Amino acid sequence: MKDQILDDAVLTTQLDKVVAWGRKYSLFNYPFVTACCGMEFMASSASHYDTDRFGAVFPRFSPRQSDLLMVVGTINHKMAPALKRVYDQMCEPKWVVAFGVCATSGGFYQNYATVPGIDTIIPVDMYIPGCPPRPETIIDALVKLQARIQGQRQSLV
Amino acid sequence: MSESALYQKLASSLGLEGLPEESLGTVSALVVPAASWHAAALWLKQQGFSMLIELGAADYSKHPLPHPGRYAVAAHFMALPGFERACLKAYVPAESPALQSLCGLYAAANWYEREAWDMFGIDFPGHPELKRILMYEGFEGHPLRKDYPLGRMQPLIPMREAVDYEAVRQAARRAGQGGA
Repeated sequence: MKDQILDDAVLTTQLDKVVAWGRKYSLFNYPFVTACCGMEFMASSASHYDTDRFGAVFPRFSPRQSDLLMVVGTINHKMAPALKRVYDQMCEPKWVVAFGVCATSGGFYQNYATVPGIDTIIPVDMYIPGCPPRPETIIDALVKLQARIQGQRQSLV
Repeated sequence: MSESALYQKLASSLGLEGLPEESLGTVSALVVPAASWHAAALWLKQQGFSMLIELGAADYSKHPLPHPGRYAVAAHFMALPGFERACLKAYVPAESPALQSLCGLYAAANWYEREAWDMFGIDFPGHPELKRILMYEGFEGHPLRKDYPLGRMQPLIPMREAVDYEAVRQAARRAGQGGA
């Protein structure tokens, strides 16, 4: 009888895992939206695809309140210092998603203006291909990012 | 009034005969000497072409056909009551390309001329504040000139090393995540 009560009431786990579980289901994102991918981002955030049901992607428009930087669209060299500054302002732990082909690699822009992938400016955790990506791809990337966060070592300050 | 008749009147008012016309798709342009650029625009404005709807430039240095100058600037005008269109085009040479600014006639010329300066390096004497409009301070050269190297970037902040994806894949394999 005593053993049974203990089974129902106590869960054993590791600190890293339980912290990761909390973090991966409470991603607050900062949408750094610069181009046409933003339409697809809005579509996937809105009720039809509703990325919020994954416990993630609730937009915060302040880098200090967010832990997921979504870089949605083309970044040019004039914009790059602003992106770097936003990234630097975010508190640890933080993750970065390169949304669409322009943020990933510059896409078909190879010229004087465009940054050839935001990983030349800031580190990136997840790349979403597509021009623009389908909402299913975005949800797939989100779930993969959550799996990745679950496997990461969680620093506690 | 047809375009050609209008252009003939314009040419004779400038004291120039036999100015060539160029077809720009749906509209034809009167090619005026660079020195008559401002006078031609002034004449059009006096004729009721009250709106400057577009001003752009081009670099013909790698064009297969010969042109009278390396750069050309074209300006489109509209007369509002009847929506009549007129277009002026002027060629400017490769060395110190310049045209008198139309800012005093049309306020809309301000940003167009700044763009032509930014992208092609065409000077507009008489412009109140001719500075870059799209590119940033400290940018060298004019990126839409044909001799600007394709892919030459001028980053404002230092760029990171490129990611070594093979190392990332191997690390993921070692960690048992099944490859990135």
